[in-house]
Amino acid sequence: MSTLHTRDLIINVPGRADGFPLNLSVEPGQTWGVLGPNGAGKTTLLHTLAGLLPARTGRVVLNDAPLIELKRRDIARKLGLVFQERQDSFPATVMETALIGRHPWLSPWESEQADDQTRAQQALAALDVDHLSDRLLSTLSGGERQRVAIATLMTQNPDIWLLDEPTNHLDLHHQVKVMSLLRDQSDAGKAVFMCLHDLNLAARWCSHVLLLYPNGDACWGPADSMLKPSALEQLYNQKLVTVEADGAPVFVPVSAG
Amino acid sequence: MTRSLLVLGAISLAALILALAIGSVNIAPSELWAVIQGEGSALHRTLLLDLRLPRTLAAFATGGLLAVAGALMQVLLRNPLADPYVLGLSGGAAVGALLAMLTGMGAFVISGSAFAGAMLAMVLVFGLAHGTGSWTASRLLLTGVVVAAGWGAVITLMLAVTPSYKLPGMLYWLMGDVSYARTPWPALVVLIFAIAVILPLARNLNVLARGPMQAAALGVSVRPLEWTIYVLASLLTATAVTTAGSIGFVGLIVPHMLRLVLGNDQRIILPASALAGGTLLVLADTLARTVIAPEQLPVGVITALLGVPTFLYLLHRSR
Repeated sequence: MSTLHTRDLIINVPGRADGFPLNLSVEPGQTWGVLGPNGAGKTTLLHTLAGLLPARTGRVVLNDAPLIELKRRDIARKLGLVFQERQDSFPATVMETALIGRHPWLSPWESEQADDQTRAQQALAALDVDHLSDRLLSTLSGGERQRVAIATLMTQNPDIWLLDEPTNHLDLHHQVKVMSLLRDQSDAGKAVFMCLHDLNLAARWCSHVLLLYPNGDACWGPADSMLKPSALEQLYNQKLVTVEADGAPVFVPVSAG
Repeated sequence: MTRSLLVLGAISLAALILALAIGSVNIAPSELWAVIQGEGSALHRTLLLDLRLPRTLAAFATGGLLAVAGALMQVLLRNPLADPYVLGLSGGAAVGALLAMLTGMGAFVISGSAFAGAMLAMVLVFGLAHGTGSWTASRLLLTGVVVAAGWGAVITLMLAVTPSYKLPGMLYWLMGDVSYARTPWPALVVLIFAIAVILPLARNLNVLARGPMQAAALGVSVRPLEWTIYVLASLLTATAVTTAGSIGFVGLIVPHMLRLVLGNDQRIILPASALAGGTLLVLADTLARTVIAPEQLPVGVITALLGVPTFLYLLHRSR
């Protein structure tokens, strides 16, 4: 099990003042939701946490070791990321795509074994895309591709799961399915850290929440203490009405008038 | 997957035997076998061992070099249209070689000058296209095409001021011609070296084909890998151009055809490109020296006639 810390981290959003330094501690068993309006730096934060972008100041620490001192391969065994946008310049099947999740675990001359195939198969089944395993990625719908991307992360099987808008393109049923799968993973000892657009998904499934403001301000903590209507209205500059359903608060945007 | 490589290997061998047997004098398989065993007539021995074998091996190595260089550039740029010829690298080499020919240098200097020209073109194209950001596919292709046009102008200028008795050699070199190759060995050695270097990295290339960010997230050290591919592809191209002049489109057609049949696993595609590229050029060269015998065509004409429709088809399909 692994823990991801940030020490006085200021992410590098071009053209923005430094803002509030982040001292997060993402631990096994936690499900984090990052909320904020467009351009608040959610994706930049995620990429910085994965070591793909340099921080402006401060640092990211994975199990007591600063991320920048670790090899990419060692990071990838502990920490994985589902991107919001994906490139596929060359045709690839769903199974091949899921199998690249095994890359950090295989030595240069090693090829994927039956065990790797099984892992990929199980991950695809968990996301209801196993029936597509021989299809080309380019022939799938947006939601199916999103689920393949999450299945790839599941095949990679890192301790820390970073996800950029994991419910993008998903229908309602699969939104719930993916969120409960992520929650199951954190219950089993993974640490999950994801950007979300949907307040209500965060309220329903996240144990911790980070609010990112466009000016670089931030606050974070347990979900129930962070998801206050006043804070959220300020975050999105949008009037909200709160109701309760299925034991969780539901925030409904209303027009200001 | 090993089976497809074995099949390709068998096809390559058949193509090599065919190329040795066919020509101004056809040699029957039994006589071919006799020469291999160290017997056979003196004429056949000279014909095979001194003329056809070096030429055929040079064609094979050049085709393999170009196809592997193309496959590598396509992964590096995540664009199936990338190719040493399209990106203007062959043009740079041609300018280098023609400059040496024009000033009356010997064969060794011509080779060195072509090599330097290819490297210069590579640095120029990739450097200009890189700019401050990353290598975007369209920007690189555009840079390559424009730089290639620039080389074309320089070549025309040089041809215009060249005394006419030097022209035929230059023209043949420009169109790509395996008979120009004096020895196949440097090309073969570079090809084997490159395959040995790149095969352990092939799975990394598969991941890199998904984009640099995704590759980094899956544990690939992207920068060192990109530089390795870049240097290797330059070396392969420069060696190929130095061996047989500027032969176009092999790096484009071969990896594309193979991907259609074998998928895009670089562990297969790279060695398969070496075999299939070699086979293609051996067959094209056999055609080039027999189709209007006793006259010979430059082999680049044949690969271009195959390559241009392939390129246009790819471009058409990609939108």
